[in-house]
Amino acid sequence: MKTVLVANRGAVASRVIRALRKLGLRSVAVYSQADAELPYVAEADVAVALGAGGARDTYLNQDALLQAALAQQCDGVHPGYGFLSENAGFARRVEEAGLVFIGPSPRWIALLGDKIQARDYLAPFGMPMLPSSTELHSVDDLRAAVAQLGLPVLLKPSGGGGGIGMSPIHREDEIESAWTRSASVTAKAFGNGGLYVEKLAARPRHIEFQILADRFGNVRCLFERDCSVQRRRQKVVEESPAGRLPADAVKALVARLEDIFARIGYDVIGTVEMLYDDEMGFSFLEVNTRLQVEHAVTEEVTGVDLVAAQILLAGGARLDAVLADAVQQQGHAIEARIYAEDPVRFYPSCGTLQRYRLPQMPGVRIEAAYREGNQVTPLYDPMLAKIIVHADDRPTAIARLQAALAQTCIEGVKTNIPFVLATLAHDDFLAHRHYTNKH
Amino acid sequence: MSSQTFSLLSPVSGTVLRLEADAGQTVADDDVVAIVESMKMEIPVEAERAGALLEWRVKEGDAVEEGAVIAVLRLA
Repeated sequence: MKTVLVANRGAVASRVIRALRKLGLRSVAVYSQADAELPYVAEADVAVALGAGGARDTYLNQDALLQAALAQQCDGVHPGYGFLSENAGFARRVEEAGLVFIGPSPRWIALLGDKIQARDYLAPFGMPMLPSSTELHSVDDLRAAVAQLGLPVLLKPSGGGGGIGMSPIHREDEIESAWTRSASVTAKAFGNGGLYVEKLAARPRHIEFQILADRFGNVRCLFERDCSVQRRRQKVVEESPAGRLPADAVKALVARLEDIFARIGYDVIGTVEMLYDDEMGFSFLEVNTRLQVEHAVTEEVTGVDLVAAQILLAGGARLDAVLADAVQQQGHAIEARIYAEDPVRFYPSCGTLQRYRLPQMPGVRIEAAYREGNQVTPLYDPMLAKIIVHADDRPTAIARLQAALAQTCIEGVKTNIPFVLATLAHDDFLAHRHYTNKH
Repeated sequence: MSSQTFSLLSPVSGTVLRLEADAGQTVADDDVVAIVESMKMEIPVEAERAGALLEWRVKEGDAVEEGAVIAVLRLA
């Protein structure tokens, strides 16, 4: 590859452009009218306007993106995260146009993007699973499944994400209303109405594992991240290593995931999201067939540039040419996502960034989406920046993140910084006994 | 019947995704009467007090600013 279209915006577009430059590749950014002044547009070698409008008319407009890629003689497309990053149809169109899709093969995006299909496919390979039902078609199916699994359970859409359409059921008399709610939300949000239930863990933690793979069957798992701190089921604080996990169980799971993903022939990059409960151990949640927002904490503790690795592996490099033989976890990294939102109600907050000052400190890495004077519009996601710290141990990392946040000055929109600071100072977080609420 | 009216304001800037009540309908305190989409989130707009929905000031698909009047209601 020589020239890569970055089919995304904001912080991840900047991150991909940086990796492309490091690899000596030309970058082509795309931008909507609302994003014309964002830093990533100027950082790219070339920028192509996608016109006015929200996501559907711009960053989700497959025709416009492919047209831009071909017009700029691109030979690769990096989807970033969100938008079209897990759209198998787009990945296929990129490949059919003769370009490299910088992500897993479309068949993996299609197969693993559906949670029920993914579970059914991976279970026979030895993926640890929570007790769960098959697809449910009626409230009677749900009653039968509850009778078999026992309460509490979580009713979930098979094709969804971000917690949309999930309903916890703790008592018999909640079954009917949970079904009505999840079925209607799922039909509206995802078109297909597939639902299933799984056993609800008492104190779940969200622990995920980073996968890198080449196109020749070689797979490495670059350890775990703890993403248990969430609001409205969106991650806010992520860290690596996870800590307070039995080391032998983590080591065994890393080896098992490498084995499973090698046997199925998975390629390029992915993340296996697992639920961990002290009593039930690890169980499978889903595979994200893309780069994660929180990839930076893994980069900090392993020293591996995941985005550069993703680009090289998609281009056909062998894993042993991309990764050192022995990758270790060193120290502790924490990421805080800074959102433009009310820190209490979590409502989005739009406006002009009258101040946007992010700290420059040793051991602190900034992934910025904006610059001072930019508009934060309601059109796209609320992420303003990511602040990532790396230190020798967890307490030092927490202190460093607190110091970095204290030096962060964002005015013109409300931010979740007070919420992040409260989280970092919370007894449960400090003692490392926090859980993901109602996963 | 009270003649006092009150306005329902959008809690965020965004796009009106759905109107969940009809003009003329009576809504209860805390009923969700509209959904505004902002930054990929669906924000429910609740009636702060019970009342009769006199008039919508927006339609589905309209862009709204934070604090914009979405509907006018008559106090129940």
